[in-house]
This record gives sequence, C-alpha cells and structure tokens, in this order.
Amino acid sequence: MRLSNTARWTLGAISLLVLTFIYVPIAVVVINSFNTSMNMAWPPAGFTLEWWGRAVGSQGLLASLGLSIFVASCATAIALLLGTLISLALSRYKFFGRESVSLLVVLPIALPGIVTGIALNNAFRTIMGVQLSAATVIIAHATFCIVTVYNNVMARMARMNRSLEEASADLGAGLWTTFRLVTFPQLRSALFAGGLLAFGLSFDEIIVTTFTAGSGTQTLPIWILTNMFRPNQAPVVNVVAVAMVIVSVIPIYVAQRMAGAESKR
Amino acid sequence: MVAGDSAIKLSKLTKRFGDFVAVDNLDLEIAEGEFFSMLGPSGSGKTTVLRMIAGFELPSSGTVQLGADDVTDKAPFDRDVNTVFQDYALFPHMTVLENVAYGLRVRGVGKKEREQQALAALETVQLAHLGSRKPNELSGGQRQRVALARAIVVKPKVLLLDEPLGALDLKLREQMQIELKALQRELGITFIFVTHDQEEALTLSDRVAVFNNGRIEQLGTPEELYDRPVSEFVARFVGTSNVFSADEAKAILGIDSKASVRPEKLRITAATGSAPSDLRIPRAIECTVEESVYLGVAVRIHTKTKAGQRISVLEHDSQQRWQRGESVKVWFEEQDLVRID
Repeated sequence: MRLSNTARWTLGAISLLVLTFIYVPIAVVVINSFNTSMNMAWPPAGFTLEWWGRAVGSQGLLASLGLSIFVASCATAIALLLGTLISLALSRYKFFGRESVSLLVVLPIALPGIVTGIALNNAFRTIMGVQLSAATVIIAHATFCIVTVYNNVMARMARMNRSLEEASADLGAGLWTTFRLVTFPQLRSALFAGGLLAFGLSFDEIIVTTFTAGSGTQTLPIWILTNMFRPNQAPVVNVVAVAMVIVSVIPIYVAQRMAGAESKR
Repeated sequence: MVAGDSAIKLSKLTKRFGDFVAVDNLDLEIAEGEFFSMLGPSGSGKTTVLRMIAGFELPSSGTVQLGADDVTDKAPFDRDVNTVFQDYALFPHMTVLENVAYGLRVRGVGKKEREQQALAALETVQLAHLGSRKPNELSGGQRQRVALARAIVVKPKVLLLDEPLGALDLKLREQMQIELKALQRELGITFIFVTHDQEEALTLSDRVAVFNNGRIEQLGTPEELYDRPVSEFVARFVGTSNVFSADEAKAILGIDSKASVRPEKLRITAATGSAPSDLRIPRAIECTVEESVYLGVAVRIHTKTKAGQRISVLEHDSQQRWQRGESVKVWFEEQDLVRID
C-alpha cells in the first residue's frame, strides 16, 4: 500500500507519541532509581547507588521476591502439566462437549481479575473452608496460567503432523513412549514459550493475589504496593521496578526469538 | 486363491464415518509373500482398509486377522505390521539413523545392536552414508527410502505402503518401483500397496483389488484385470478401453450386454480391405477416421461409427497414415471383446 507523505508523517508522529507515552515513564523510573533526591524531585539532584544497596539489604523485599518466584514457578509447573494434558485431549480426541471445554479453559484469561479474585476467595474460605496461604495464590494463578500453555500447545499440535504419532505407534511404541520420544520433543519450544508467559503473568499479578493471599503472604507486587507510599521506601520501589523490567524483558525477548526461529523452520 | 497361508484375512469388514460408508462389508484374503495392490480412485476406501489393517482405525464391524490371530481390537503397537506413510512421517528431531533405529529402540534393543541393524537396513536402501543427516536435509526420494528402511528394520510379517510413491516425480517413481519389487522379493514378506496409479499397480503386483465406493469391484492378477475386466468401472480405470453401452453393443456388435475392447486389440484397414490374416474369427465395424495421433511407439487413431460411437485404435506397426474423414474398417477378434456389467 502506498501512503502520501502527509499520511506517512502523521502516522509516524502518532506512533512516536504513543511509544513515548509508554516508555518515557519507564525511563523516569530507571533514572529515579539512581536519583539522590528521596522524593524523586525532577530534574535528578545527583547520582547514587544507595537505593540499590538498600534494596539488596531489605529482608522484606527479598522475602517477597523469593515468594513471588516460588508462586510463579509452582503456578507455571501446574499450568504446564494440566495445560499440556488438556491440549492433548482436545486436539487428539473427539468427544461430546469438546468445544465447550475449550472455551471454559480459555475463559479465565478474559475474566476480570477482580471477578476471579472474589470468586476464588469465596470458594476457598466459605465453601471449602481453607485458610488463605501461598498455596491458594498458586492455585488461583494456575487458573489463568494454564491458558497460555494451552494456547501455545494447541497451536503446535494443530501444525504437527498427525502421522508422526501413528508412525511411532506403528513401530511398536506405547502411548507414553510415543509422547516421550515423539510428541514431547515437538512440543518443547511451545511449552517453553507458554511457560515463560505463564511465569510472567503470575510474577506480576496483583488483583487475584490480593483476594487469595493470606495475611502473611506478601508477593513482590503486593510488597511494592504497600511500600510505594511510604516516603523512605519509595526510592527502593523504583529499584525493584527496574529489576522487574529487566527480568520481564529477557523472557519476552527469548520467547519472540524462539517463535521467529520456529516460523522460519 | 493364491497358494500358501494367508497373511491377512479380512472378514465382513465395514467402516462408517457418520453416514458415509467408507468400506462396505469387505472380505479379502492376502497370501504370505504376496505383492498385493489396492487400486482405486480417492475416496474408494482403499486407504481406510489399510488403516484398519495397521490399527489406526477401528472397524465399525467385521474382523481383521493377521496370520492366525484376530487383531481387530489390538492397538497398532501390538500388531506385527508396519507402514510406510504417504508423507513418510519421519521424526524431524531425529537423525536418519535414529529414525531407522526407532522401532528397535522402543523394543528395548541396546544402542550398539540397534545402530548396527539400522545401518544394515539403510544399506539395503543404499543410504548408509546419510545416517547422521536430519530428514529435512534429504530429497523426497531419500526420505522415501528412509521410511522404507525404518519399516523393514523391525522385520514385520506384512508391510503396508500407503501411496508411497505419490510424492515423487515420474523418473524417480519408475526407479523406486523397480527397487520396491526387488526389495519385496529379497525380504519375502507380504507387501500391501495402496495406489491410485493403475500402471503402478499392474507393474508391481501379484494380485490387484480394484476398489470403488468401499467395495472391491474386481480382484485378480494384473493380466485378468486388464484382459477380462468385469465392469465398465474396471475397464475404464485400468488402462484405456472402448466401452460399448448395452444399446450400442446390440446395434453394432449384436450382443446383449455392455462390452469393452482394448484399443491395442483393434486393427484398422481401408473400407474395402479384407480381414487381417492372423485374426481367426474376425469381426468388423465400419467407421470414419476422426483424428490420427502419432505417439512415437504407436499411432492412436480416433474413429467414429455411423451411430456416433467413438472407437479408439492403437496401432503399433502401422504402415499407413490414415486421413481425417477416411472410411475404414475396424477389426477385432471375437474373443477380445469382453462382456461387462
């Protein structure tokens, strides 16, 4: 499609504006994590590593970081297991209600977090009588983490040659051996990409977490929220934010690279 | 029936997909060591029969017997048959050698032993030097051979081949046909070959089953199918034929059923000419030449009777070129006229 010069410049300017609006605040956070001014005065008064030092030394911060990693890892593990099983069932077998099951699996990612949060809070406390804890957070996160794994695996299964599994069975391999030696190696990169996304979703989740975490359960996003408005902790929050940016960019980059390499194959 | 024990016995085999009857009450026995082809257009049920023998599809009713065992309800991995898939289905994440060794690996054969056997199998298809390649680094013909090696390395009693040459170009296909036939002779196992290519089926097979609408239209040796087709479908599908409808047969030939005669069995002379001397019971039809096409090894002459029935003649040593519009006599031997349903 050919665009006139005016159209090109206008579209370019709008794109620039949008990208600026997204990324300048992030850049400000990065700069402020080195700002000597405690109340983030602008322009920065000077350069300091004090906040980075304080962050590394903060017990509460490190504990919540550890918990977040633990929760995200568990939720991802559950999502990988269940998501893969569901996709195998839905892509390889025809049964009554298949389409409905597919919709029900994907729905949690579209549901507003607050709805999931309230519903699970109710279910855990009043219906099941379970104490809220890290375990309840993990289960809550797994409900929507499954979706990313499911979507990735479903897409791969649809492209995968069905006769590979038939060939394996034909050559004498049972169901489990076929999965281990043929299906799984084909799914590996899809599982990796789905798992990364699941981990990312869980790691910075705050709404559902608020409703399903026990009083002593403080994940990193909740720690940030509670400390953000404490004047002497605010600069440390900036440091955490920068660390999170770095941590989230890497998996996204890797996942994109892998997706690119796959599509070229 | 061919001599020897039967390798496969299908009894009253039926497969329905919803309302569609893919295979309709099929009875078939295939002998040990036979090169057997299932020939038919797409959708005729031949591949479904193959998939039921392999165990990928369960029959709606009927039984599948391998040797003396009823395997109707057995999983593919419990059946002593192996398949060469139409798209080869090589495992893309494994090397050629690992692909070929796969069947031995899942049977628990040690690494050294299975690599030796896989290499031997690759040697029979002349690919031992490519063992460390990945399937996507091979040509179509090479993949085809790897798929063959992978299937024969586990020494099945029966090898199923699902249009294995369909994806290859003509030259390669002809070469692979010769190699397949030689391989079957060497291994001495039953080959069941599915194809829609009638020439391929005739060239390779001991016996051929012609499939149409989920049923076997005719079962016989290539010669029987070619010389004695039982129906119009077989006459037209296997080779080319001049088919006379019942009315035309009555008017032109004076017989009461549909009939077919192969173009190369026909002879052509001038309208005033006499019967070729080598015909014992000559019959003649008066025709007009419509077109004469030079084919190199032969000449194909398209003619037409007064009633409008087209008759095609294939003459191998024709001394004469026939002109358009010329009146001729088309001769044939009484016995070469085949009455069909």
